[in-house]
Amino acid sequence: MIRDTPLPDTQTGRSVPRIPILGTVYWWFRRYPVLPVIIAIGLAVMAIFAPWVAPNHPLESELDKLAAPPVWQEGGTWDYVLGADKIGRDLLSRIIHGSRISLSVAFIVIICGSVIGSGIGIASGMAGGIWDEFAMRIVDLVYATPFLLIALVAAVVFGASLELVLILLTIFSWPIFARQTRGLTLQLKNMDYVASSRVASASEFRIAYRHILPGVVNTIVVIATLQIGSLILTESVLSYLGVGIPAPQPAWGSMVADGREFITTAWWVPVMPGAAIFLTVFAFNFIGDWLRDYLDPRLRQIN
Amino acid sequence: MIAVMIGISMIVFGLSRLTGDPRLLYMTQGTRWSQEVWDARGRELGLDKPMVVQYLVWAGNAVQGDFGQSLWHKRNSLKIIIEKVPATIQLSGISYLMAVVLGITLGTISAVTRGTLIDIAVRSFALVGQAAPPFWLALIMIYIFAVYLDWLPTSRRGDWTNFVLPATTLAWLGSAALTRLTRSSLLEVLDSEYIKLARAKGVAGSTVIIKHALKNALIPPLTVAAVLFASFLTGTVVVETVFAWPGLGRLAVDATKNNDFPLVTGITVIFAAMFLFSSLMADLLYAYIDPRIRIYDS
Repeated sequence: MIRDTPLPDTQTGRSVPRIPILGTVYWWFRRYPVLPVIIAIGLAVMAIFAPWVAPNHPLESELDKLAAPPVWQEGGTWDYVLGADKIGRDLLSRIIHGSRISLSVAFIVIICGSVIGSGIGIASGMAGGIWDEFAMRIVDLVYATPFLLIALVAAVVFGASLELVLILLTIFSWPIFARQTRGLTLQLKNMDYVASSRVASASEFRIAYRHILPGVVNTIVVIATLQIGSLILTESVLSYLGVGIPAPQPAWGSMVADGREFITTAWWVPVMPGAAIFLTVFAFNFIGDWLRDYLDPRLRQIN
Repeated sequence: MIAVMIGISMIVFGLSRLTGDPRLLYMTQGTRWSQEVWDARGRELGLDKPMVVQYLVWAGNAVQGDFGQSLWHKRNSLKIIIEKVPATIQLSGISYLMAVVLGITLGTISAVTRGTLIDIAVRSFALVGQAAPPFWLALIMIYIFAVYLDWLPTSRRGDWTNFVLPATTLAWLGSAALTRLTRSSLLEVLDSEYIKLARAKGVAGSTVIIKHALKNALIPPLTVAAVLFASFLTGTVVVETVFAWPGLGRLAVDATKNNDFPLVTGITVIFAAMFLFSSLMADLLYAYIDPRIRIYDS
């Protein structure tokens, strides 16, 4: 149960000595995704200011630090808080620099995907007829395509690169926007206010921009936030399989892949970067869920 | 559906012709061909003919199960693929069943015990399953159960103990969405008038849930479950790689590392076909579960 205000003492009948600030804090935590937002902002700061935040260089290795343990384990030092990887590179610094890649890939893709997808969605919803049919068949085609396998084929053909990851993820991220915005557009375009603006001789573009777009923008924001998490996951899977961001760039997925044989001897080498992915995706999923309930509860069936 | 299959085959074919000369893709890395061999390969692949003819020849061979010789294994790609299919179907099938049972049970439990510690535990379980990268979850499972506790083997195929870790990993990831969906859909149904009526009539609490509420509440999760099988097929790619499971997914990743173009395309087409088949099944199942669909459609 979400209460709008901290429970007044009169309701319980007991005189509980309570600290007012704690009640407010508790209320905020229940009502807003405080922790995930803090994580997300922290990540953004980390990504933007990576070279200043990171304690060490992400690519330079110390030979006496091979697979050094994290600080709370025996033999760990504060210089290498989370330990070092198999060739003595500081894990924390690599994770901080890796956040740049993961976040920028996710954000670039989500911006491209949402603009392309909702553009196509609104246009095909408004045009109707054969164009609509054609666009939706393409959406179906992308949905029916096993993404990971196409990514593998593309990696064989073009070789793994950052650009390839961006293009592939964009190709597979726009259909969900197109499908959802099209459905909404079909509803909105029959509204009276759209009809009256058409009577007032507004152009189709103006109707789309001034009357349809404001009605679908909430949906776009919600889907975009929910998609960020899965994009970060997908990018990490590609990097893990060796078809994503090529070495020596510190992408989280490839860091886990590099460290996987250390799971028996130095578990922190593969586990730490994975934990970074997990926390990031967790935070964005949480914010997305909250936004959806707040802005657009109809979307609950998605995901 | 056939149109989609044609579309996918065109994508795969198109990719092979996008980078200049496709002969490069059929060359093992590091080898050099003499001019005669180069030209002969060109004629063999039909590069002197128009693109449409090239596509039709390639697609015609593919339909007959000929994707060309694997560059790495030096054998017919399809034969290699077929050898690996049972392992993948086995793993994805078992973990799929686990995921559906687990997801629906946990979702029901957490909806019924809403607001309690059990509910919070189940929801955290689902949230972890949705946010954890599959390879990382797999590694953690290996660390806990195979390294730390030393209960289970880490990899390869053998008796049932080899199934436990990969299948659990896949099932956890797959059940997360189902758990959440079952929970929210059951909560919605429990709020409806007919449930209140049943309760008011004095029907026992568990009977209301099982006989009255679940019947309606399970429609959305079961539809999602039907589509989910397709994502299990691709999910196996990662899990098979981590657990060294000798299936299609691992074959695909290995083929990618070896730049084995014919084999990768073969696997992709086979995967796409399985993918489509399972979505077709999902549609049929959907109409069977929810009779309203049949009425609206006709």
